[in-house]
Amino acid sequence: MQVTMTINGESVTKECEPRTLLVHFIRDIVGLRGTHWGCDTSNCGTCVLWVDGEPVKSCTMLAAMADGREVRTVEGLEQNGQLDPIQEGFRECHGLQCGFCTPGMMMTGRWILDNNPNPSEEEIREGISGQLCRCTGYHNIVKSIQWAAEHPAENEVKA
Amino acid sequence: MTAVEEAPLSPAGNPIGFGNMKRVEDQRFIRGEGNYVDDVNLPGMLHSAILRSPYAHARIKSIDTSAAEALPGVVAVITGKTLEGIPRPSLLGDNFAWMPTLSYDTQAVLATDKVRFQGQEVAFVVATDRYIAKDALELIDVDYEQLEPVMDAKKAMEPGAPVIRDDKGQTDNSITDVHGHKTWESGNAIGTAEAIAQAENDPNCVVVTQEIMYPRVHPAPMETCGSVSYLDKVTGQLTMYTTSQAPHAHRTVYAMVAGLPEHKIRIISPDVGGGFGNKVGVYPGYVLSVIGTIVTGKPVKWMEDRGENLMSTSFARDYHMTGTIAATKEGKILAVDVDVLADHGAFNGVAQPTNYPAGFFHIFSGSYDYPHAHCKVTPVYTNKAPGGVAYACSFRITEAVYLIERLVDCLAAELNMDPAELRLKNLLRPEQFPYTSPTGWEYDSGEYEKTMRVAMEIAGYDELRKEQEEKRARGEYMGIGFSFFTEGVGAGPRKDMDILGLGMADGIELRVHPTGKAVLRLSVQSQGQAHETTYAQIVAHELGINPEDIEVVHGDTDQTPFGLGTYGSRSTPVSGAAAAVVSRKVKERARQVAAAALECSPDDLEWELGRWFVKGDKERGKTITEIALLSHGSLELPEGVEGHLDATAVYNPPNLTYPYGCYICVVDVDPGTGQVKVRRFIAVDDCGTRINPMVVEGQVHGGLADGIGMALMELIAFDEDGNNLGGSFMDYLLPTAMECPTYELGETVTPSPHHPIGAKGVGESATVGSPPAVVNAVIDALAPFGVRHADMPLTPANVWRAIQGNPIRVDMAVE
Repeated sequence: MQVTMTINGESVTKECEPRTLLVHFIRDIVGLRGTHWGCDTSNCGTCVLWVDGEPVKSCTMLAAMADGREVRTVEGLEQNGQLDPIQEGFRECHGLQCGFCTPGMMMTGRWILDNNPNPSEEEIREGISGQLCRCTGYHNIVKSIQWAAEHPAENEVKA
Repeated sequence: MTAVEEAPLSPAGNPIGFGNMKRVEDQRFIRGEGNYVDDVNLPGMLHSAILRSPYAHARIKSIDTSAAEALPGVVAVITGKTLEGIPRPSLLGDNFAWMPTLSYDTQAVLATDKVRFQGQEVAFVVATDRYIAKDALELIDVDYEQLEPVMDAKKAMEPGAPVIRDDKGQTDNSITDVHGHKTWESGNAIGTAEAIAQAENDPNCVVVTQEIMYPRVHPAPMETCGSVSYLDKVTGQLTMYTTSQAPHAHRTVYAMVAGLPEHKIRIISPDVGGGFGNKVGVYPGYVLSVIGTIVTGKPVKWMEDRGENLMSTSFARDYHMTGTIAATKEGKILAVDVDVLADHGAFNGVAQPTNYPAGFFHIFSGSYDYPHAHCKVTPVYTNKAPGGVAYACSFRITEAVYLIERLVDCLAAELNMDPAELRLKNLLRPEQFPYTSPTGWEYDSGEYEKTMRVAMEIAGYDELRKEQEEKRARGEYMGIGFSFFTEGVGAGPRKDMDILGLGMADGIELRVHPTGKAVLRLSVQSQGQAHETTYAQIVAHELGINPEDIEVVHGDTDQTPFGLGTYGSRSTPVSGAAAAVVSRKVKERARQVAAAALECSPDDLEWELGRWFVKGDKERGKTITEIALLSHGSLELPEGVEGHLDATAVYNPPNLTYPYGCYICVVDVDPGTGQVKVRRFIAVDDCGTRINPMVVEGQVHGGLADGIGMALMELIAFDEDGNNLGGSFMDYLLPTAMECPTYELGETVTPSPHHPIGAKGVGESATVGSPPAVVNAVIDALAPFGVRHADMPLTPANVWRAIQGNPIRVDMAVE
């Protein structure tokens, strides 16, 4: 079947099987490999991207379900050569080690801040609690999101 | 060696030496530009999937692959029978159906006669698409005759127990090591037994015995295992992209397994999404991707799914320990004896680097000063997945530390003594170092009491005990748990430590280019440990080259010298030392070149960071950048000085390094539900010199979460039919941000006297050290209920059962 969606602002039309998972569509058919795959059961969250402005686990959604919708992946965080504060935050605060969970964590972190520019530590922890990291013990991921909250981009739209 | 001086900053703002430096590798990861194995796509590449056994123990009567083969898109279906038909020109067997394990046992690549654990590899499908490969698995018809499985290690050696390894002609489920031993002992059996017997008969002494289970857990890195293999039939070159913590050791193993010439094998371990020991072993899936490319002539990708990862790759622990500790009533420890039943699963696949097959378990005497220690480990086969050493365990020091730290708390309870006071009474004293332990380890350096006092200070220990007392009076259950651990990391030396005969030393190569920029080539492989950053800092510290001007190359056997890889916290102790040594060789060459340029004797030169100058005439000198150009230029060099500015080194460590630390965990337990909340976690680590404190702290944070997970949630259990009950992230629970507190870290710095920069490994310290702190805290909280011990994981159900006085065996779903 043919699926059309907007990915990081660009319209993309591709052929795929109806059963193709969105994560495989994005990775293997579109070729954007920043979104990862880490479990079969929607537990790990390495596949988190946005569909119509909301974070979703792309292993739990068919590509067909994203037809006509707007997808944003980690590759869409950087704008005009300018890193998003969430990306800067993860680097500043050592919020990543192996880097595998990082794209999903950053996508959720960005969403948390878009909806709550000054989240408490508890709100951040709850916000990322659907995602797993084995390297950082979450300590510096929380700090990274806090850093991004404290350093908004000049053009950042406040919720 | 004293504490490290503050390093000057480079133009980019990085320390020219040790200190916090932002990670080089982050630039790609934060952009989603990491390159993991599943991101590798070669032209014409095929995909694959493995059919796995639904049974723990069954005879394979027949396999019908015809329907799978007929499915459009399927290129090949391979079974154990196919592999038996592929001759292997190797000393390790005559066909591909079996492969050697890292402990000189054998393991089926694809089962031929029987399946021996649930999830074992039975057939391999290669197809044009990963979905088609999975579809084809459904079409393979295997006729099994179910056999009684052996799931309880305690029953594995009972007369009449089903024999698992009949392929080896065994008549029972014992494991015999390469030396012919069926039990593995260390320490002084007679002296320890006598000391304990004496204590039993002495009214001024106590003897405490406790059964302690370290259940089966799994490292579960976020990236599962996988590989992309391609054999170029014209050149005979096998290129393999794979999730490997040890690319060079793996290359040698593939050469031995596949009978391929080693110089025609190139292993590339690209970005690795976490390892924790999971990516040390050689799994059938890797070998099958190689067989897949041999059979099809095309590149073949194998990527396991999460269920496969949890059910079939390297597990950890499964140690049934019975510890006996003897002490005076004043709290002076006299002796410890340990008896272990070790469940190794169906194939003995342990990666262990000593002549002692229980790895480093015999370091269990811990951080305390007492003369008598002995252990006996009895390994058995069961119908569970093979492995034995994984999950950041420092080759079973995790089990050793858990044992001694739980035993010390049991002793404290028996003596009605504060566990902190008991530890302080027995900790090794600074003047005892280097200290030879009762089981023969030589601890390099430590100031244990200082470290413990720092941790107690951060925790506000006295106030915590007061708070606990007040809460108990109100019927609230708060617990404070200690752990004081000593690790031994950085295997070799090669004379004592090898894996499959490969001595544990690591090569390195440093080249300074004419313009003064440098490239450092490592044998070890990062899985998130920031080697591209920290190794540049080591060279910067030694040579004064800006760290941003040093490229660190790793993970490709064609581009790096041989070495044993990254696990057991060995990178910094071994390869980090190599980086310092090779830099010093370059520095010495630079001195010769500078002397020629300055027309003086090399002996007249003095070093300051990044520059040789003439003693007493500081203006007359040459920077390392100037020397780099001179060394490649037309300057006439004295005889014996080769020119250029490069060097190689192989570092064979004289001893392990012994990092240590004191951890304090504070928990609140709800007695109604058994829910444990980790409120605070204080971790004071001493890992000697810290190359990049930010990275060290990150390593500790991750290990603390691991420890909280193992202590409270993580478990691979089985039912009596052999079903794995931890085969998905729905069942195998990992801690999230909600279960982890904000950690409170501290440090002391006691450099290793034998490491060139005084550093010790730290990668696993927190994983090793934290589980007993959490468990000790929970048991401390439950003391009013008379609870002395309960096994991990301390889930709400298990805690509630312990409170009711009815703890259960956590490793078996059904008794």
